[in-house]
Amino acid sequence: MIPTPDLSHLTRHDLEQVYDPAEDTFLLLDALEQEAEALRKECPLICLEVGSGSGCVSAFLGKILGQSSSLYLCTDINKHATRCTLATGKKNKIPLDPVTCPLARPLLSRLHHAVDVLLFNPPYVPTDTDEASSAQSSADIAGSWAGGADGMEITNRLLQDVECLLSPRGRFYLVALKQNDVPSIRSKMLEDFGLTSQIVIERRAGREFLLIIRFARTAVADSGSKSTS
Amino acid sequence: MVRLITHNLLACHVKGCTTNNFPLVFQDVQVELQEAEFNPDFIRNMLSRLEWTALVNAAKQVGDTSLPPEQPDMMDDELLQKLHHVLMEIHVTDGAMVCQNCNHIYPISNGIPNMLLAEHEIG
Repeated sequence: MIPTPDLSHLTRHDLEQVYDPAEDTFLLLDALEQEAEALRKECPLICLEVGSGSGCVSAFLGKILGQSSSLYLCTDINKHATRCTLATGKKNKIPLDPVTCPLARPLLSRLHHAVDVLLFNPPYVPTDTDEASSAQSSADIAGSWAGGADGMEITNRLLQDVECLLSPRGRFYLVALKQNDVPSIRSKMLEDFGLTSQIVIERRAGREFLLIIRFARTAVADSGSKSTS
Repeated sequence: MVRLITHNLLACHVKGCTTNNFPLVFQDVQVELQEAEFNPDFIRNMLSRLEWTALVNAAKQVGDTSLPPEQPDMMDDELLQKLHHVLMEIHVTDGAMVCQNCNHIYPISNGIPNMLLAEHEIG
């Protein structure tokens, strides 16, 4: 069992501004831990976490893969989040490279088909479109949960870029709610972009039913199962 | 920290700015050197993803001239170490990155580049 990254450096003030790791975060950590052996075998070079928040997930990925084996890029629209991400990396001795920006915009052209592990725990809570837009514009903590119609408005924007970003053997892990209409997301990603997917892990957490979906260009081998490419 | 490896992956994303938007040019930078664990396989494998000329020029802008102007065909250990140093150990802590095409200024503070855009600049 890989320990959860040390977040003791984050102050109460930090956690008012930045998403405090919660059940969705921990589910993503569990999914990555489950896939650890398979991920290591792939020897990923470039990892990108969109919406890194506290930096917890990328620091954890760094513990799985090794501090010098991969580049850990992190983006977040919230300046407090990128500041915390940098600090979390230092605290846990995993160099994280944060950029304050929306989604992966400034990285898209240079990272064409170059991202080996892409992570996104999006703002997935269904809200009004206005609430989601203004949350993104204000670039504050509301941007970490306000997801607009079906909770999918921000996710849909990144989904358009996933195929461009993923390397030939790249994997994309997305946190989703049952309410986000997961079968639709999966079939759209297959039809529009040719990306296959699998539910890696799912769990009820309070009122939410959370899932971690893994997308890839072809069916991937997990630890303990055969690949079918 | 804006390390040169990250700088080598960042382009201007202002609406309509699609040519000559990479690399961004450093301006008024403060630099810190921080040791990083050397992993020769990682450095070797990253070669194909780097824009060499952009890297050499960025290194010059921050005061490092250790890399050859052309990417060599053979990478010996000494060159890998130099490349590791330039990519992974030079941190731009403060200053800015400027787009050569549209002149947009992206500030860097406390090691983090701010690449947020105003409403009218978003594509």
